[in-house]
Amino acid sequence: MTRKKGAGPFPPLPPFAKNLLRVVFTLALTFLGLMAVTFFIGRVLPTDPAMAAVGNRASEAVYQAKRLELGLDRPILIQFWLFLTSALQGDFGKSIMTSKPVIDDLKRFFPATLELATVATLFGVLFGVPMGVIAAVRQSKLTDHIVRVLGLIGYSVPIFWLGMVSLVVFYAKLDWLPGTGRLDIYYDGIVDHVTGVILIDSALAGEWEVFNNALGHIILPAAMLALYSLAYIARMTRSFMLDQLSQEYVLTARVKGLPERTVIWRHAFKNMLVQLITVIALSYVNLLEGSVLTETVFAWPGIGLYITNSLFNADMNAVIGGTIVIGACFIGINMLSDVLYRLVDPRAR
Amino acid sequence: MKYRVSAALGLAAMMAFSAAPVAQAGTPKDTFVIARNIADIINLDPAEVFEFSGAEVITNMYDRVMTFEPDNLTKLVGGTTESYSFSEDGKTITLKMRKGIVFHSGNPMTAEDVAFSLQRVVKLKKTPSFIFTQFGWDKDNVDGLVTAPDADTVVLKITADLSPGLVLNALSAGVGSVVDKKLVLSHEKDGDLGYEWLKTNDAGSGPYMLKTWKASELVVLERHDKDRHGVAAMKRVIIRHVAEASAQRLLLEKGDVDASEDLTADQLKGLEGKEGVEIDTFPQSNLMYLAMNQDVKVLTDPKVQDALRYAIDYSGLSESVLQGSYKIHQAFWPSGMWASYDENPYSMNMDKAKALLAEAGYKDGGGLKLTIDTLNKSPFKEVAQSVQSSLKQLGIDAEIILSDGATLWPKYRARKHQLIIARWGPDYSDPHSNADAFAHNPDNRMEAKLTGKLSWRNAWAKDWATKEAEAAAKETDLVKREAMYKELQKKMQSDSCYAIMFQLVGKIGRRANVKNYVRGVTFDQVYFRTVTK
Repeated sequence: MTRKKGAGPFPPLPPFAKNLLRVVFTLALTFLGLMAVTFFIGRVLPTDPAMAAVGNRASEAVYQAKRLELGLDRPILIQFWLFLTSALQGDFGKSIMTSKPVIDDLKRFFPATLELATVATLFGVLFGVPMGVIAAVRQSKLTDHIVRVLGLIGYSVPIFWLGMVSLVVFYAKLDWLPGTGRLDIYYDGIVDHVTGVILIDSALAGEWEVFNNALGHIILPAAMLALYSLAYIARMTRSFMLDQLSQEYVLTARVKGLPERTVIWRHAFKNMLVQLITVIALSYVNLLEGSVLTETVFAWPGIGLYITNSLFNADMNAVIGGTIVIGACFIGINMLSDVLYRLVDPRAR
Repeated sequence: MKYRVSAALGLAAMMAFSAAPVAQAGTPKDTFVIARNIADIINLDPAEVFEFSGAEVITNMYDRVMTFEPDNLTKLVGGTTESYSFSEDGKTITLKMRKGIVFHSGNPMTAEDVAFSLQRVVKLKKTPSFIFTQFGWDKDNVDGLVTAPDADTVVLKITADLSPGLVLNALSAGVGSVVDKKLVLSHEKDGDLGYEWLKTNDAGSGPYMLKTWKASELVVLERHDKDRHGVAAMKRVIIRHVAEASAQRLLLEKGDVDASEDLTADQLKGLEGKEGVEIDTFPQSNLMYLAMNQDVKVLTDPKVQDALRYAIDYSGLSESVLQGSYKIHQAFWPSGMWASYDENPYSMNMDKAKALLAEAGYKDGGGLKLTIDTLNKSPFKEVAQSVQSSLKQLGIDAEIILSDGATLWPKYRARKHQLIIARWGPDYSDPHSNADAFAHNPDNRMEAKLTGKLSWRNAWAKDWATKEAEAAAKETDLVKREAMYKELQKKMQSDSCYAIMFQLVGKIGRRANVKNYVRGVTFDQVYFRTVTK
């Protein structure tokens, strides 16, 4: 077989391989940029990681020894290079705050946030989407106003205050729900850490009492986050639905005599699904970043609190590790959204 | 359609609530549950632990060479030490081991464990190692100066000029904890003396063993049934991380915790008289002070220093902002401890302050502008605001700079502040601990970098203060020693760069059925083994 004139030494790649390479290259560049930005910002912050590690009382000798141990005496580019080469081998170093490998900390803190964010998003979608649709269908009527006011409340009320109030009402006064944390102390340690998501781990182990208790604990913090998520999803759903209901094809469908339920759910709703998926994905990722205030009020050991405490203590290994995880979630959910677009919209295939 | 959607929403809500169990109220009878913010625990190696929460935990995990027992918190007694004696020159201390102490691992404790533990602190050279290195010990000589000639005897040789009483007091600090040498060395890696392993594990012999430590989540301790004090009533102690004080209060009121330790003054007030809850009040050794950087010329004038001391509204702050969580105390060694000086000669007197400023050449403030650095949290912010307001009345413009610790401490240690409001607690239960910090400054040059001393940080170096602190540190007669510290404190009240203002009053909320939860003056005197329900 003769080679075409001007062709390189290697056969041309098939299209899927080219796409894959492009995706991998983009991902690698994104993560590199993420790590670099976080690393360099951490180094220019007016906080001293060595001081955070040894404490205010340390002698100068102890402090300088820590600086050497953390490699802070080296040029900043060398520091970044050393960090990068370790990170590529899965070693994000040790956390100053916990004395444990950052990877181990992330395995504990991230599933807690994943669990909370997922339940909150499910609540948000379960209630927010129907509310948005109803509000659009009944535009300017009482239902629409109620939904819009609820949305405003969800955006405006400080989550910290609402969290405390909900604890006072549902935990302290009514005794309907348990208090802070992920589990009552009676159940701690019963279920092995498999995924780190207690609801899943307890179900896998068949420990339904633990499951029930974990479910009780998650309701309030998830409801707080869901309120914000619901407000956003309901508002956007309403807006998308109004846009679809004003299209000519909807008028045509109605004129043709189709039931209103079919017009709304089979036609209008389906046509707004792509936009809705984007909104839900963004809302989910926003929650996965961790909500520091909710985690503080409910003593929920999530990644938001982990990164925030690490930042205040200049524990940059932990901050970068957490940032990478959240970056990966963002990218992963974006990719999942792309797949879902193709499933719901034949034009995108 | 609307009804189907409404019904579906209602059903989902009902399912959520019905699936959640009614919470189990109350704590188990054999478990002591505490709510507090334990985010400050960064490791549990007694050679390094220096934070409040970590120190409380290791007090209960380890026996110390010397200690204060909960039945008498002012009397120093032997921990692992049965008896001790001094050589004539006071430079050699012989400790006789208490018999029958068993580590959590099951290994019996011998003198070798004690010697190893003390040597290890010096060799690892972590933050609290200065407590031992001040004896003249360093990594090269400590093996020769701390020895175990037999299984029951530990011999300590002190090369520095220090009172043996001071040495014994220092051995009651967290660094005096005795670790299981065999266990620790079995986990040694690259000659680290087991450091990496012991950060997150247990090698103690104390009344409680570490079962779990999940950073920023909880600590679980289990009873050590072979503790030398006998079997504690509480089989388990659980310390739950609850960062938010309001949530701590709710948990306490509901009975889901037995004690809440970070309640604010207004929350404690709200709990007064509440059924099932009591408030414990105990003196604490932390002092809040205002310091004046002597690198700022105007602050070197004794009249200006005194003017600032008269400008502080001690009683107003104590009653309003501080709401009983601090009491007025104006000397560098806390009240309630041996050799404390409890006179408080200063009260707010703006006329006197103005007169002193005028004498110093700064009539009506003289256009002075100063900065006040402090922590960005209560009550430091509020105290700073009060001081700012007082200075304004004197005609001095003061700008408050709020920072968190990670930013403030490097600035303070680099002497880049002017006025600072901060807090200091003793490192061990001997007045030399604070005399060394507040009074002693043998070398004020920037190059000396004696950053562990407040005197150096504030560039305050007075020969008389340094000499008096040194003399008191080596005085062997207890009565004389006590008098020397009292005299030093008295002099420094009116002749120093400090306005020591308040001493912390510890307050916690506790369930009424929980008894004998003993807490002492220092931050690590917290005893779980005496708790009963």
